[in-house]
Amino acid sequence: MAYLELNNIYKTYGQGDSETEVLSNINLTIEEGEFVAIVGFTGSGKTTLVNLINGLIEPTKGEVLFKGAPVQGTSHERGVIFQNYSLLPWLTVGQNVFMAVKEAFPKKSKTELNDIVANYVEMVSLTPAINKRPKELSGGMRQRVAVARALAMKPEMIIMDEPLGALDALTRGNLQDEILNIWGQDKRTALLITNDVDEGIYMADRIIPLRPGPNATLGPEFKIDLERPRDKTEMNDNANFKETRNAIIEYLMDIGDERKSKSTVEYVLPELSPKDFVNQFK
Amino acid sequence: MKQSLTLGKVTKFMGLGFLSTLKGLFTGKLDKEEFKTFLRKTVVPIASILLFIGLWHMGAKSLYNIEADHKIEKALTDQGQEAAVALRACIASGESGCQPNTLPSPSQVWDSYKSLLRDHNIIAADKAAFIEKTAALNETRTAQGLDAITYTGRPSFVDQIFRSLKTVFAGFLLALFIAVPLGIFIGLSPTLKSAFNWFIQIFKPVSPVVWYLLVFMIVKTLLIGSNEDSSFTISFISVGLCSMWATLVNTAMGVSSVDKDYINVAKVLKLGNFQKIFKVVLPSSLPLIFTGLKITLSVAWMVLIAIELLAQSPGLGLFVWEEFQNGANDSNAKIIVAMFVIGIIGFLLDRLMLTIQNWVSFDKTDAI
Repeated sequence: MAYLELNNIYKTYGQGDSETEVLSNINLTIEEGEFVAIVGFTGSGKTTLVNLINGLIEPTKGEVLFKGAPVQGTSHERGVIFQNYSLLPWLTVGQNVFMAVKEAFPKKSKTELNDIVANYVEMVSLTPAINKRPKELSGGMRQRVAVARALAMKPEMIIMDEPLGALDALTRGNLQDEILNIWGQDKRTALLITNDVDEGIYMADRIIPLRPGPNATLGPEFKIDLERPRDKTEMNDNANFKETRNAIIEYLMDIGDERKSKSTVEYVLPELSPKDFVNQFK
Repeated sequence: MKQSLTLGKVTKFMGLGFLSTLKGLFTGKLDKEEFKTFLRKTVVPIASILLFIGLWHMGAKSLYNIEADHKIEKALTDQGQEAAVALRACIASGESGCQPNTLPSPSQVWDSYKSLLRDHNIIAADKAAFIEKTAALNETRTAQGLDAITYTGRPSFVDQIFRSLKTVFAGFLLALFIAVPLGIFIGLSPTLKSAFNWFIQIFKPVSPVVWYLLVFMIVKTLLIGSNEDSSFTISFISVGLCSMWATLVNTAMGVSSVDKDYINVAKVLKLGNFQKIFKVVLPSSLPLIFTGLKITLSVAWMVLIAIELLAQSPGLGLFVWEEFQNGANDSNAKIIVAMFVIGIIGFLLDRLMLTIQNWVSFDKTDAI
């Protein structure tokens, strides 16, 4: 039995003429402990896919199975790291994490909960900023809080929706390592949605491209056979890495070109002919 | 994370940033750029105030002359030459009995202000003496189970201000306790929203006078048989009902337009309904709720005068009305004093709300 299973998922928005099919025929299985990355263009329906898996929305057709049972609503078993951090601005770093922990472990005492909060804030090295509000933090620090919040709930699976998309390259690299570190400690199942192929290759065991929507569907998967822990600089010289990277990029570029050349709109031209100037002046 | 709390920060937080520039001027720590801001923020307002007083003075003077000429003219046609000469002399001598009744000049208003204060001091002393005199008697009366004797003399101008403030705060609290919870429910439920929408749209533009009459009809019947003076109750309820709409609409809007990301967070964390409202929805709509409360307080203060006047409830409104009816020599000047007092208190109330709003809102620009 697969850990997470998506069977023939279709998702449409709108009704009647304005109905658009965002996702069509999505099939995906993720095994326990696996790190899977889904790579796709902006606007290809990645966030819709994530929201289907974490239970924020329901598929129009098909089913999402988590540990064999259909997903109904959100669950503490699946932790989510949102694209735009989604921290509550009126709470401090500690309070943001505390709120999540308190919901996840309602039976624990306040001191135990505070210990968990302190632990995870320490893990993302934000202890000095624990009493600051999100507004006082940089983008990278905010995303680290979001990581701490998701992980502190001890989810069985981590779903990351372009978690590093808004960050600069240097911060990105650091956070990739941090997430991998934390993931490596207890090998939870992870699903990463990203638009960065290198990020996917560096972090994941498998990469699946999402063909751009409307009617987005998953492309063929690419296995990443690289030893962990991976080293970014060494990776660049690795023949295996280069090959996979080129293959994925080529695939994505091809579907990108396909999308550009295939225009579905037909332009109806009016029937016009030039006036007969000569006869007009007679 | 202890941050220092300086005077500059506090005044800026309250929207009174120019005070720290003033301090800089006296302590001599001011560079060129700051001096320019000082000019703009302090000197210019003062100059415009002086200009305003000057224009007012000249305007009042010309109105005074028109009125005086008219009076003399009238005396000439009605009573003849002799009476007109006598009246002219009387006006020139400054005797209070024959002064033309028109817009008072700034100096007259200032004099009235001082006389109102004197009056207050006299009444306050009188009241203190009365309380002292009756203290012993009241003790025995309360021991016997009788009502204590209270001072029933004329309220001074300052007493009227405090009565007005009391009415406005009672009305404001009423508006707060009706509009905020109701606004939250309306914002949360689209069904309630469509149920209440017509109600809000129709009653929002109703004038304070009509609200007063409505409240009067109801309270009068409810209080049949009681000897209590209902004017205070009627006026504060009317003030509350008049002013609550801004808060109601803003609260409903704030609650219904919470950022979708925050709602998603609440869903992913699986917060219960209670937690969701108090931890996510309310904090995120606080800025809008407070904007509504700020409008409510200023509307409350504005309609208060009209309602007190109608309800004959003691306060600044009644003061203004009585002075107008009184028609004494300095009545007009006293009305203008009341006008300034009303304006200044309204301004201070607004600042008070702004300070509270900055205090509770997460969107602080100048956090202390």
